[in-house]
Amino acid sequence: MPVLSFAKGHEIAALVARGEVTAREVVEDALSAIRKRDQTLNAFTGVTAERALKRADALDADRAAGKPVGPLAGVPFAVKNLFDVQGIPTRAGSKINRDLPPAQQDSPLIEKMEAAGAILVGALNMGEYAYDFTGENVHDGPSLNPHDVTRMSGGSSGGSGAAVAGGLVPIALGSDTNGSIRVPSSFCGIFGLKPTYGRLSRARSFPFVDSLDHLGPFARCTRDLAISYDAMQGYDPADAASVNRPLEPAEPQLGRGIDGLRIAVAGGYFRKGALPEARQAIEHAAKALYVSREIEIPEAQRARAAAYVITTTEGATLHLDRLRMRAHDFDPATRDRLIAGAMIPSSLVVKAQKFRRWYREQVLALFKDVDVILAPATPCAAPAIGQQTFVLDGVEMPVRPNIGIYTQPVSFIGLPVVAVPVPLKPLPVGVQVIAAPWREDIALRVAQYLEDTGAVVAPQPPLS
Amino acid sequence: MSEDLTDTWITSSAAMLGLPIETAWMPAIRANVEVTFRLAKLVDEFPLPDESEPAPVFEA
Repeated sequence: MPVLSFAKGHEIAALVARGEVTAREVVEDALSAIRKRDQTLNAFTGVTAERALKRADALDADRAAGKPVGPLAGVPFAVKNLFDVQGIPTRAGSKINRDLPPAQQDSPLIEKMEAAGAILVGALNMGEYAYDFTGENVHDGPSLNPHDVTRMSGGSSGGSGAAVAGGLVPIALGSDTNGSIRVPSSFCGIFGLKPTYGRLSRARSFPFVDSLDHLGPFARCTRDLAISYDAMQGYDPADAASVNRPLEPAEPQLGRGIDGLRIAVAGGYFRKGALPEARQAIEHAAKALYVSREIEIPEAQRARAAAYVITTTEGATLHLDRLRMRAHDFDPATRDRLIAGAMIPSSLVVKAQKFRRWYREQVLALFKDVDVILAPATPCAAPAIGQQTFVLDGVEMPVRPNIGIYTQPVSFIGLPVVAVPVPLKPLPVGVQVIAAPWREDIALRVAQYLEDTGAVVAPQPPLS
Repeated sequence: MSEDLTDTWITSSAAMLGLPIETAWMPAIRANVEVTFRLAKLVDEFPLPDESEPAPVFEA
């Protein structure tokens, strides 16, 4: 059997389609890797081995019968544990949700991934209720960074980042409200796609901030992101934010390169505060794309502030009853932020929403003159687990809320972003490739170009 | 806001909202309330026209 550990999803699918390996062999290999390496990484909170093997056997039978097996045939994947998985309570990183009844039905994104041939192998660790940038979890323990297990995986989709970077699965799904796909991608040195707000259905996933929540894939290459994203597209009336658009497959566009694309680096706010490795990563990506142009996203700092206000207040509204009834069952760090969020006057929240529309108009105007904007994904490479402060621009600041300073002004208005990994030593760090709404195809093309030129790559960590 | 004023705000809000809070939680809640008001002020002081509409559900 070929070596599957750290194989890309599309490579595995090709082997399965050609009959060079069976889906059962692939799944057994993934389950073995999870048993072996997850004792260290703590990425998984549940492994659906029986279900996965059953599904693999069905797929192998389909292939033997000459039926089509899909572009992700036999590819193992796992989901952040805020996705509904039939038969399991959707814990969303919390203790409280473990008392929920088991989910009746899979999330539609799981259904779509499986319709494309992928095989769910488990649910992944995350920060409590997704209010997190660290990957730490007081109930399940932290998911660890495969490149240095003393470092944060990033959050809140920390298990997704650790599982993909650590070679446990080639593809994982996560959520991104303020950066929770892009931050773990950056810290763990992998690719992540936060699509346009409203593109992928959030039905049957546990929410955090309705007006900011997105779902999307992680992978070790751009092509796997694109194939997964294409498989998951489609309007879903069960998600109030889902937008009814035609399917716009990105994978066929990947090879088009960057000719004709107008690319700029975000200046101003996005140049301040970054530690040397984040600045180096941006310079590296800009050089590979022959970009010297700089563009200023107006009022990005205020946009980040408004995203913060909307997040803490909408999050508090979601959890108000749980804060009243079960305050002791929260992670104290989550609880104290949500309690504070409940106390912010609505006049300030409405102002933040009004500002949001103004800011959206300014940024959309920029896209008349540019197709892609590059920005750091995080101000630094992965901090140490438990690290409380770092120094940005000469000011000591708390780590936890400030990891997302560069991701928040972008997701605030729902723009599509591919986080790409720059393989710096000793730790990788990510760059955001930002496109106009609904132009995931362009962001993915740029990511593919960077990958083809060797400028970005998901480095294999030193794990046995 | 002074620390006293912030603490008064927190205890009054908690009572009005029916949120049980404990003394040991106060420093962290205070820190979070202060950060959120500071960031909200940054947004509040930005002039917007009277006609500006909120974007409660955002469509990109």
